[in-house]
Amino acid sequence: MMLTPGQRVRVRDDWPETRGPCHIRTPHYVRGRHGVVVRYLGDFANPEDLAFARPAALLPLYHVRFDPHAIWREPHAGDEVLIELFGHWLEEET
Amino acid sequence: MSVQDTADERLLRAVVDLLAQKAVATPAEIAERIAITDAASPAQGARMVARAWVDPEYRALLLADGTRAAEAMGIPMRGAPPLGVLENTPELHHLVVCTLCSCYPRAVLGYPPFWYKSAGYRARAVRDPRGVLADFGTVLPEDVRVRVVDSTADFRWMVLPLRPAGTEDWDEARLASIVREGDMIGVTLVSP
Repeated sequence: MMLTPGQRVRVRDDWPETRGPCHIRTPHYVRGRHGVVVRYLGDFANPEDLAFARPAALLPLYHVRFDPHAIWREPHAGDEVLIELFGHWLEEET
Repeated sequence: MSVQDTADERLLRAVVDLLAQKAVATPAEIAERIAITDAASPAQGARMVARAWVDPEYRALLLADGTRAAEAMGIPMRGAPPLGVLENTPELHHLVVCTLCSCYPRAVLGYPPFWYKSAGYRARAVRDPRGVLADFGTVLPEDVRVRVVDSTADFRWMVLPLRPAGTEDWDEARLASIVREGDMIGVTLVSP
């Protein structure tokens, strides 16, 4: 599944760190949050396996935009946070 | 045993010997990497910024493919993560942070400043970017949007700052001399 720019997504509300040792590159503050795909950045080895020297599949990496006001209720209107996220953390929304 | 033959140095020699024995890296390759790391500094990024300000073709390359743009300036990028460049405009200001660790475009900016790795900067930049900017003495007009770029994965991000007014007749070398590391992280604006 490839995501295209403008696609609305929800970051999986998942907390692997509660289940045991892990290495994840998805910041806690966007889990379960809604964002918009800005662009596809390329395919990169899955850091969750790479960190443990396991065979790591190449996964699509995206730049995803979030409205910080929806997360923290305090920033300036119109500001945004842009984050690199791997495709397997993103759920498509309509 | 000389006074310089410390435990650290013996450990370093042992690791270097093992890397060579196991054909992971030769002493020459390690020396080359150390030389590249030592040569990396904000002056490299500043040269790229100044070139982009005077050369529209280079600016287009820089924004499309930061890695190739760095290589075009003679900066070695082999083995470095891909470089992305974020263009500041009169309407949009970029601020780079790595909330998860301390990802930084070392190939073009060298070692990060100490505060870049601090918990305070990493926590606040993403939640209160205008407060962080104010700490650096940077006040943006109300109608300028701030885009915080959280460097969470495989890219490294550098800001292409705005060229300051009053520098229209400056040459490239003089322009490069006023670009500081903070300008390319986005905590400050270039001032002549």
